[in-house]
Amino acid sequence: MTAENIESLVNKRYEHGFVTDIETESLPPGLNEDVVRAISARKKEPEFMLEWRLQAYRQWLEMVEPEWAHIHYPKIDFNSISYYSAPKSEADKPQSLDEVDPKLLETYDKLGIPLHERARLAGVAVDAVFDSVSVATTFKKKLYEAGVIFCSFSEAVRDHPELVQKYLGSVVPRRDNFYAALNSAVFSDGSFVYIPKGVRCPMELSTYFRINAANTGQFERTLIIAEKGSHVSYLEGCTAPMRDENQLHAAVVELVALEDAEIKYSTVQNWYPGDENGVGGIYNFVTKRGDCRGANSKISWTQVETGSAITWKYPSCILRGENSVGEFYSVAVANNMQQADTGTKMIHIGANTRSTIVSKGISAGKAQNAYRGLVKVMPQAHGARNHTQCDSLLIGKECGAHTFPYMEIKNPSARIEHEATTSKISANQLFYCRQRGISEEDAVNMIVNGFCKEVFKELPMEFAVEAQALLNVSLEGAVG
Amino acid sequence: MLEVKNLKSRIGDTEILRGLSLSVNAGEVHAIMGPNGSGKSTLAQVIAGHNDYVVTDGEVLFKGEDLLDLDPEIRAREGIFLGFQYPVEIPGVNNAYLLKAAVNAKRKHQGLGEVDAFEFLKLAREKMAILGMDPKFLNRGVNEGFSGGEKKRNEILQMAMLEPSLAILDETDSGLDIDALKAVAEGVNTLRGPDRAIVLVTHYQRLLDYIEPDFVHVLSEGRIVKSGDKSLALELEEKGYDWVREAVSA
Repeated sequence: MTAENIESLVNKRYEHGFVTDIETESLPPGLNEDVVRAISARKKEPEFMLEWRLQAYRQWLEMVEPEWAHIHYPKIDFNSISYYSAPKSEADKPQSLDEVDPKLLETYDKLGIPLHERARLAGVAVDAVFDSVSVATTFKKKLYEAGVIFCSFSEAVRDHPELVQKYLGSVVPRRDNFYAALNSAVFSDGSFVYIPKGVRCPMELSTYFRINAANTGQFERTLIIAEKGSHVSYLEGCTAPMRDENQLHAAVVELVALEDAEIKYSTVQNWYPGDENGVGGIYNFVTKRGDCRGANSKISWTQVETGSAITWKYPSCILRGENSVGEFYSVAVANNMQQADTGTKMIHIGANTRSTIVSKGISAGKAQNAYRGLVKVMPQAHGARNHTQCDSLLIGKECGAHTFPYMEIKNPSARIEHEATTSKISANQLFYCRQRGISEEDAVNMIVNGFCKEVFKELPMEFAVEAQALLNVSLEGAVG
Repeated sequence: MLEVKNLKSRIGDTEILRGLSLSVNAGEVHAIMGPNGSGKSTLAQVIAGHNDYVVTDGEVLFKGEDLLDLDPEIRAREGIFLGFQYPVEIPGVNNAYLLKAAVNAKRKHQGLGEVDAFEFLKLAREKMAILGMDPKFLNRGVNEGFSGGEKKRNEILQMAMLEPSLAILDETDSGLDIDALKAVAEGVNTLRGPDRAIVLVTHYQRLLDYIEPDFVHVLSEGRIVKSGDKSLALELEEKGYDWVREAVSA
């Protein structure tokens, strides 16, 4: 097909671009110790939490913004960002869906997340985060009966301070990196999950994050702890409304899997990517890390990334326990002016630890998509194994795919495999499909979905369907 | 069925078809022969709607309607099938999936309901048995790692499933050993019928031993320079294309 056709296909507008008109009670832009104190005070946090934030803030001040990623963006002015925003109704929080601001519910409806429906249908507990404060939590009781704690981070700080204190920062230390330190200082809310010993979480856990207020940094904090022999599957999905200003999203996710425990963490990320000229869109600088602390534990990351102007994230596994298993399955789509630098790190420490990496990068328009992965085998990790498969698909002539695999192998018994391919949706493939009566768009979707199959099958059922639909929307018109 | 009138077409700055006329009726099998570069494949691609080829003059009518304004997928759904000379590989896309999507796109276009997976598989297995194809074929990626013969058989399978009114087979015989050639020819022959027209684009007489054409046309420098019955193909085989060129320029 012609270049113009492709362009018009690609230029489908972001469907979730709307702004909910709710008065927000935000802090004025700027960052200093007073702002950190104000956030903590607003959330009525205990002293240890404030102290932790302040230390993070001081450490952050001494750090410099990293520049090694394969991405380009204007310098962020951290003093022009407002670090706290909450819907005004926070004071008297709704106790049931009936009490939830109908405008919020409408927003979720537009996103195709009808809460009541979901709750009824799938047995999924939804902790819907709207901007920085949780507004609705369902199925809490059922989880409570199983001994599972699933609540907002603020509630966890208030109701389970001993757990928060024990595990917070134990996987991603405050000074791990520039954005993790920033998050540690000013994080607003997020999710907290605790699965007690031997418990199989009775339902998939799901949270929807959404940025709504202009110029508000979002600093989510998620902490999941799976005790010995427990099992949990956690789903995270995001969409954001259209905005002209770039918005910073610097989340931290920490997973702790103790002996024989398993955590499956799935993400469908659909932040606003900016328009076709690269105006607007979310900067998504995220630190996600799982610690397989106990023997035979397993952490599995599955992600479908279609949004954000800039994505910068490397969900990682520290394979500390013997025989522990780390997995990373990723589909990253970059269209128009989007930039993605994403991948994973697998750190093998324990003996006979195994990791699998399957990364599928799709680039269209003028987008740049980079896979960056580290496989590190420590001297004591006898018998460690890794298999990495890294595939890139190019759509059109102006995009780029880059692969940066790093390997540091310090044990001679390790077995490491790396496979990489780069392919293109060619005009011939499209013509072939069209000659068989299949429209160009359907042909692209078919080829892309075929390319991503291995990752989609790792997603929980209802997410797999959503992910596929999302991919189709993201690449509409992307071909030529 | 198909009416090509004074068709002129170029790719880039090169004019390839220079006033080609051809008339094909339902029930007929036409063979188009000619030396390399004479425009055989271009004719096939133009009828299918490949947009690398620009039509500069003339017209193409299909079932009495102007074909040139239609998108390739609409032409396909209206009943035009092109068997490709080099079928493209689409890794990761299941053969059955593509085939089912194609069948349903056409049915939808005709206002018919989509076939479900069960009906589809039953139909596909029947057709594959006729073509001597292993049913495992369906679960492989489209043409992915197929041998030359397998690719061509796959084209014939698609044709059999889509039941086109006009099938254009571009060098379907190239790269086939004799067994594969027979199987493909048999597949084509079972599709012959009073409502269907078949155009065979070929370089060699060989295929025509197995699929007997009603008409043979010789293409040279973008024009049909000689038409006849199947004996023309034999004559060509014997005397070579130079004979036609000389006869034309004489």
